[in-house]
Amino acid sequence: MTDNLVDAIADLKEEEALRIVKSKLDSGEPPAKILEASRKALEIVGARFAKCEYFIPDLVYSGEILKEISELVKPKLKGATQLEHLGKCVIGTVAGDIHDIGKDIVAFMLDANGFEVVDLGVDVPARKFVEKIQEVNPQVVGLSGFLTLAFDSMKETVEAIRAAGLRDKVKIMVGGGQIDDEVRKYAGADAYRPDAVAAVLLAKEWVRRA
Amino acid sequence: MAKTPAELYRERTRRVEDAIQLKVPDRVPLVVSFGLFPAKYAGITCQDAYYDSEKWGAAVKKTLLDFKPDMYHGSAIVSGAVLGHLGCTQVKWPGDGVSPHHTHQFVEGEYMKADEYDAFFEDPSDWVVRTYMPRIYKNLGPLKSLPRLSSMVFGYGQAMQVGALAAPDVAGALDALVKAGLAARDWQAAHNSLHKEIIELGFPLVSGPSTNAPFDMVTDYLRGMRGTMLDMYRQPEKLIKACEMLLPLLIERGVSGARRSGNPRVFIPTHRGSDGFMSLKQFEIFYWPTFKKLMMAFIDEGLTPCPFLEGDWTQRLEILLELPKGKVLGHFDRTDMKRAKEVLVGHMCIRGNVPSSLLQTRSPQEVIDYCKQLIDVVGKGGGFIMAPGCVVDEAKPENIRAMIDFTKEYGVYH
Repeated sequence: MTDNLVDAIADLKEEEALRIVKSKLDSGEPPAKILEASRKALEIVGARFAKCEYFIPDLVYSGEILKEISELVKPKLKGATQLEHLGKCVIGTVAGDIHDIGKDIVAFMLDANGFEVVDLGVDVPARKFVEKIQEVNPQVVGLSGFLTLAFDSMKETVEAIRAAGLRDKVKIMVGGGQIDDEVRKYAGADAYRPDAVAAVLLAKEWVRRA
Repeated sequence: MAKTPAELYRERTRRVEDAIQLKVPDRVPLVVSFGLFPAKYAGITCQDAYYDSEKWGAAVKKTLLDFKPDMYHGSAIVSGAVLGHLGCTQVKWPGDGVSPHHTHQFVEGEYMKADEYDAFFEDPSDWVVRTYMPRIYKNLGPLKSLPRLSSMVFGYGQAMQVGALAAPDVAGALDALVKAGLAARDWQAAHNSLHKEIIELGFPLVSGPSTNAPFDMVTDYLRGMRGTMLDMYRQPEKLIKACEMLLPLLIERGVSGARRSGNPRVFIPTHRGSDGFMSLKQFEIFYWPTFKKLMMAFIDEGLTPCPFLEGDWTQRLEILLELPKGKVLGHFDRTDMKRAKEVLVGHMCIRGNVPSSLLQTRSPQEVIDYCKQLIDVVGKGGGFIMAPGCVVDEAKPENIRAMIDFTKEYGVYH
């Protein structure tokens, strides 16, 4: 039965997935198992994205289905079923830039793949990144930006992290609209990734090596 | 003897038009979407650009005269005063929501809810005035309480309904509209005269009119990205119907703009049809049909669609072959240019794509190396216009100069 749910989510069959979840909950299946199936399904979604079978609309839709499932499951979850996290990531759109679409998709994918994500929102000053890194001690920092003005903000953010003596403690990735590997070099970040799934794969790799 | 501005104007127009028509011009033409570069270059703030037409005009003229591109690609600046009077919440601009030194930025949102398609289809003007405008312009909120506009069809018997316009809050909204309208008239007049001056200086405008792909109108301004993407699954027919409904309006915007400006090149910035945003199959279902119809309508009118194909269109190049030869100027951003040339050679003029990262963070020599590649590969046999991939708000002036001077020297065809 669990496989059915995994397939229904991975194949983006919204109604079927919700129907299965409801009947599982009614028959007393532990909610944690349903969340586990959801996570498995999302791994398949990510793999299909990486193979260019799925695109952003499919990611967004899978996210919506997941949200609906977790709303059904939540009331039955007892506080203790905290999932273990793969690692921590602090993410945000850099100072001056208020675009959030790309950043939100990356944050969602990281979260769905088992990361604890601290999303600082948009137009985030370098200082705020530094403070949050000091506070939560993440392995991964994600800097997002859509416009060319983000190039300098990314550079300033990486410099602030360095100045605070935190540069060796985190891996920094950059991405978004006009960002590319040249900008990564300019900013002094560790990596550029062109999409959310690639970002998650890299974050997983970094956490494994850490 | 130095050429007169009028001679330069003709020469530059011919150079670009030859490239569009896939003839070999005298040299590779060159245009730059300067964006807010002129403000930074001339030492005014970006905020000035949105509020002071005179300062902005002087900055643009200085930039054009110093760098001498073949044409002027106008910057997408909307009057800060107009936006302010309306209380616009759909965009933040320098001085109101973003720093005085940065460009305006769109605020993504679901401005039309998932269940509002039918109201929009049934009576679009009414929905726009009483639901949409109050939603995006906070000073027009009271328009919500107006009676349904089409009720005026009942003739003089409904004349008393105008009383609703004088309710104090509605009157305030109308007052905001009039103030915004006056500011818009001033702004428009100043920009029209700036364009006239630019032409007199010998620089044709890349395009007069501008319009959008129908899908982008729905996803940018109405349903938002998330909403549109969910609609692809949950209510695809309505999404497509909305695109079809907007199509004639968008055609009209381009055609009337071309008539007003006397410029046949219609700018069509595209946003969410590129490779990353949806699959080729989704593109063929949702984006391409009405986008193609839009461009074909302009071609039928004797106009030249100039789409800015933002992002990466490498997977969609073949589909562009459905457009007639030599009638479209495709501006590429992050598309693989070598592949674009291979697919579109002899079919569509290609404009692009010096990366903003190069223009902003690297040396003039590295810019030149990239431009040389472009001229050698994409420029071969004509049908190519040198340009940055996107707007160059924060580019280094010396890099812009390197791109321009090198192209003028190395890009000569004979």
